Amino acid sequence: MKPFVYQRVTDLADAVQQASQDEAKLIAGGTNLLDLMKLEIEKPAKLVDINGLALDQIEATSDGGMRIGALVTNSDLANHPRIRQDYAVLSRAILAGASGQLRNKATTGGNLLQRTRCHYFYQPDSACNKRKPGSGCPAIGGENRGLAILGVSDHCIAQHPSDMAVAMRLLDARVETRLPDGGSRQIPLVDFYCLPGDTPHIETVLQPGELITHVVLPAPPTGRHDYVKVRDRASYAFALVSIASVIEVQNGQLAAIRMAFGGIGVQPWRNEAAEAILLGSTGDSATIDQAADLLLCAAQPQTQNLFKVSLTRRLIHQAVQQALTRAGVAA
Amino acid sequence: MSRSEHVQSLKMDHAVDSLLDETATQLVGQPLSRIEGPLKVCGKATYAAEYHLPDQLYGVLVGATIASGKVRKIHVDAVRQMSGVVDVVVDLKHFVRNAQQGGMKMSPPKGVETIAYYGQPIALVVASTLVEAQAGAWALQVDYERKEGKFDFNEELPNRQWIDWVTDPSEDMGKPEKTLASADVRVDVTYTTPSQSNSPMEPHASLAHWQGDQLIVYTANQMLDSSRTQLADALDMSKEKIQLISPYIGGGFGSKLGIAPEIVAASIAARQLQRPVKVVMSRPQVMEATVRRTNTRQRVGLGADQDGRLHTVIHNSVCTNLPGELFYEPVAVATHFLYRGENRQVKYEMVRMNQGLAGSMRAPGEAVGQLALECAMDELAHKLNLCPIELRKLNEPPKDPSKGVPHSARHLVECLEEGATRFGWDKRAMTPAQQRDGDWLIGYGVAAAARSNELKPSQARVSLRRANLPLGVQAIVETDMTDIGTGTYTILAQITGDLLGLPMDHIDVRLGDTSFPPAAGSGGSWGAASSGSSVYLACEALREQLAKQVGLYADNIQLKDGCITQSGAHDATLAESVKEAVVEKGQQLLGRLASKVGLEQPAQPAEFDPQQTLRVADVLNQMPGSELVALGKIEPGKTKQEYRHAGYGAQFAEVGVHRVTGEIRVRRMLGVFAAGRILNEKTARSQCYGGMVFGIGSALMEEIRYDQRDGRLCNHDLAEYHVPVNADVPALEVVFMPERDPYANPLHAKGVGELALAGAGAAIANAVFNATGIRVYEYPITLDKLLDQLPAV
Repeated sequence: MKPFVYQRVTDLADAVQQASQDEAKLIAGGTNLLDLMKLEIEKPAKLVDINGLALDQIEATSDGGMRIGALVTNSDLANHPRIRQDYAVLSRAILAGASGQLRNKATTGGNLLQRTRCHYFYQPDSACNKRKPGSGCPAIGGENRGLAILGVSDHCIAQHPSDMAVAMRLLDARVETRLPDGGSRQIPLVDFYCLPGDTPHIETVLQPGELITHVVLPAPPTGRHDYVKVRDRASYAFALVSIASVIEVQNGQLAAIRMAFGGIGVQPWRNEAAEAILLGSTGDSATIDQAADLLLCAAQPQTQNLFKVSLTRRLIHQAVQQALTRAGVAA
Repeated sequence: MSRSEHVQSLKMDHAVDSLLDETATQLVGQPLSRIEGPLKVCGKATYAAEYHLPDQLYGVLVGATIASGKVRKIHVDAVRQMSGVVDVVVDLKHFVRNAQQGGMKMSPPKGVETIAYYGQPIALVVASTLVEAQAGAWALQVDYERKEGKFDFNEELPNRQWIDWVTDPSEDMGKPEKTLASADVRVDVTYTTPSQSNSPMEPHASLAHWQGDQLIVYTANQMLDSSRTQLADALDMSKEKIQLISPYIGGGFGSKLGIAPEIVAASIAARQLQRPVKVVMSRPQVMEATVRRTNTRQRVGLGADQDGRLHTVIHNSVCTNLPGELFYEPVAVATHFLYRGENRQVKYEMVRMNQGLAGSMRAPGEAVGQLALECAMDELAHKLNLCPIELRKLNEPPKDPSKGVPHSARHLVECLEEGATRFGWDKRAMTPAQQRDGDWLIGYGVAAAARSNELKPSQARVSLRRANLPLGVQAIVETDMTDIGTGTYTILAQITGDLLGLPMDHIDVRLGDTSFPPAAGSGGSWGAASSGSSVYLACEALREQLAKQVGLYADNIQLKDGCITQSGAHDATLAESVKEAVVEKGQQLLGRLASKVGLEQPAQPAEFDPQQTLRVADVLNQMPGSELVALGKIEPGKTKQEYRHAGYGAQFAEVGVHRVTGEIRVRRMLGVFAAGRILNEKTARSQCYGGMVFGIGSALMEEIRYDQRDGRLCNHDLAEYHVPVNADVPALEVVFMPERDPYANPLHAKGVGELALAGAGAAIANAVFNATGIRVYEYPITLDKLLDQLPAV
C-alpha cells in the first residue's frame, strides 16, 4: 500500500472540493477500495472519508418513491421495512451478495462503484486495459469463466459484480450527485455506466470529484419481485448469472414484466425490448425463447463462459413460469 | 543431562497388548476439549508470525512475474532508497526454488536465477515495518529473459514419462488388459481432477534470529526434525546449530511438512543484516510458492463377471510436477487392496509443468484416487443393476489382493452396513433421476473410504516431578511433535494421564521445539499414533520404575489420582526371573563394595502391602532430584510388511441438484469410520468433519486455475479459489466403529484425519448421478458441466 493522506469531512461542499484534487479518492465503507489499495491497483495520494456526511437516511419521496442516502449500508437498506415491502427485489438482491460482515460496512453509493472481479484486473503485474490502458486484455482467450458475455469489446470483457445494482437497474433508479462546482444532477442508472469500448478504464459518467449523494427510486413496480442468483457455492461468491424480475400476471397474461441480469453484462444488464416481447403474452415457451433470443443475440461468449448463454435462458424460463404458477395459472 | 533417563523402545515386530484398556481412569477416548483451547480463543497461543524480537525487521518476498525463464537484472538500488527499506536481499544462489516435501533430508533445489514457475520467490525486501517492506516489494523492478514454458497440461500430455521409480510399465498382476476386454461387465473410464491448494488458514511464516552461529527460527511447520535437516542443508550448516520453534500451527494440510522458501530467505537475511528478520507469506504467495496438489488424469478399468465379482482392477494415473521433483501423487495407493481381483494394474506417469510445486495435500493419493475408483465402482454397480453396497461387500478381499498378506484390522463391511441403516439407504432409488423435492432433484450416494495407515519413528520424554499441585506431582511431556489444530496436546495428555494415574490438569505437554526429542511430526495421519506411542512407552518405563521402587511390577501396578495401588498378581516370565537373580546378585555385590568404601547403601524397596496406597509424590521424594524421567521410542517393524494396515470407512451423501440451474447442494452426509482406538472422540470427530468438508470442496468447487498460455495462477486468493463456506456444509454425522488394531502400535489406534476425506467427494459425485443420471468425469462438478444434460425447463 502506498502512503496517503487521510482526511475526514463533515461538509458536502468540502467533500467534493477535496475529492476533486489530484489523486484524491472518496472512501465510505471501503470494502473494495481498501483491497485495491493493498494491491496498489488504487493508489490515491489522499483519502477523503465521507462517513461523517449526513447521507445515511432513507426517506419517502412525494411521488411514491424512495430516496436513499449514499451512506446507507447494504444491511440497513436490505432490512428497511419499506424496501422489504415494496422493493423486495432490491432487498433480495442485496442479501444475495457478499457476507453479513461486508454488508454491514458496504454502502449504497460504494456498491454501485465496485470494480470488476476479473482475475487479470486484480493482479497488478498482468496486462489489463482497465488498469493500464492499452496493455491488452488477457481475459480474452484466458481465464474468463465468470466474465461478461454482453456489452463486451475487444478491449475488455470484465463483468460488473454487483447484485444490488442489478435490482437498481430494474427499478429505474436514478443516481443523484453533487458536482465539484456545487451543482447537483440526477443520472438515470441506465446512463450511469459506460460500455468498455476502447476505454474500459472509464467505467461511469461521474466527473472527477463528483460525489453520489443519493439513489432515488421511483414508485415501486407492481408484480411479484424476485432475485435468483446462481453461483458456484451457496454463499460468498459472485454471480455466474443472476436475474432480478418483477412480473405481474393478470388473467393468465404477463401484464407487467421487467428483468435485469447480473454476471452476464459489463454493467447491470437489462433489455427492455426483450421485456416488450413477453408483455401481454401468456408466457408460453416459444415467446420466452423469442425474448431470450433477443436478449442473447448480441452475446459474445468465450469458451469458458459459454454456459452463461444457456443458463440465462433457463433462468428466464424459470422466472416467467414461476410468476405464472404463483398466479395460479399453469405455464 | 545430569538426570538419569530410562529408555523404553519398541519396534513393531509383532502384535502388542495395550495397557490403555486396563487403566483406572480411561481418559483416552473421552471427548475432552482441547487443553490449549482457552489459550487459542484468548489470543494467547502464539503463532510464528506473532513472535516479536527486539530490533526485528520485516521481510517481504518478491515473486517472479513470469513462469519460465531467467532473472536478468533486479533493480535493487531504487528500492533501497525507499523509506524504511533496510536492504533488498538478493541471493540467487542460495534462495530455494520451492518448498520441500515432508521427511526429505535435503534442501529444496537451491538457486532462483532460473524461473520454473510463476510466483517463484527471487528476492526479499527488508524494512523496519511491514508496510514499508510491502511497498518496497511492490516497487521492485525485475528484468527477465522469457522462455517457452509448459503451461498446458493437455498439450504436454504426449510428453509424459513413466515414473520409473514406482512403475515398471511391463509389470502387471495377471493379464488385466485382456481380462478387462473380455469381462462380462466392465467400466473403463477416464477422470480428471484439477490442481488444488492446501491454503491453511495460517500463512507460512518464519522469524529467524541468529545468536552467534546458532540459528533460532520461530516458524509454522508440521515436521520439525526433518525440516531442521533441510534447513541445515539449505544454509550449509550443522543441524545441531539450528533450533526450530513451532508450538502452535494454524493448519498445514501438508504444505508445512517441509521447509518453504520464506524460512531460507529469512535466515539468510537475518545473517546478512545481523538482526532478526520475520517473513510472512501473503495468501497469493502461499498458493503460488508453497505446495499444491497435482492435477491428475486417471484411467480406471474394472472387469467383473455377471454376478459382480471383480477379476480386473486397473488404475493408472498421470500427475504433474516441476522439473526434477520426485514427488508424485500416489493416486492408487488404496486401489491395491480395497477390492478383490486377480488381474491388476497400477501405473504412474508424470508430466513436467511450469507450475508451482506439487506435493502432499491432505490424504495424498486417496483424496483424488477415490474420486475416481469409487465412482467407477458406482458405475459398475449401476451396470450390474446391483446396490453399490452389495457390490463392495461382494468384492471384500479376505487378504490384501496385491501382496497376499492379511489385513491388520479391517471393518469396511461393518461400516457400510452400519451406515446404510443410519442413513436410510433403503430409501435410495436404484434408477437415477427419480426423486424430487420441489425444484430439486434428489440423489443418494455412497463410497468406501480407505487410507493406508503408517507408523513413523517417534520419540518423547516424560518426566514425573514433584509439583505444587493438589496431588503433589506433575507429568511433563516433551517432544518436537506438533499440533496443527488436530488435538495433539490433548491426546498426549490423555495417554499420559491414564498411564500415570494423573488428571489432565496435572500434565504439562510441551511440543514444537527441536530441543525436545524428535517425533514423527504431523503428517500422513501418523502423528497421533506415532507420537502417542512414544509417550505411551515413556509412561510405561515410568510405571516400571515406580513399580520397582515400591516392590511391584509393571503388570500389577495400578495408578490413579497420583497414588499407587496393587492390582492382581505379577506373572513372572522366565527371562525376568533370571534377570532378577542376576540383579539381586549384583546388588549384593554392590552393597558389599559400598560398605567397604563407606558409601550409603542403595535403598531396598519394601514389600508392597496389597491393601496399601502409596502417593507417587512420596515415592518421588526418594528419587534423586525428586523426579523420574523416561524416553519412549517407537519404530515400525515387521508388522509393517506382514500385514496390510489401513483405516476404513463408509461415506454417504444426499444431494439436491436444481433442475433449472444445475446448482448442487449437499443436504446431509454421514461418515462411518473404523480406525482402531479413537483417542479423543471430540478431536477425532472434528477432524472427520474437516475431512468430509474437504470432500465437498474436492467434489464441487476446489480448483486452481492456471492461465494455460503463461502459467499465471489466476485465482490466487480465497475469494476466488473456492472452498466450502458454512452455507455449503449441511449437517454432518460421524460415527466411529469400535476397533482395536494390535498390529499398528501399542495404542491400537490408527489415523482419522485423512481417512475422513477419502471417498467423501465420490459419495457426493455418486449422489449427483443418482439425482440426475449424469456422470461428470472432470472434477470439480460445477453446474456448467450438468446444464446441457438437465431436462429442458
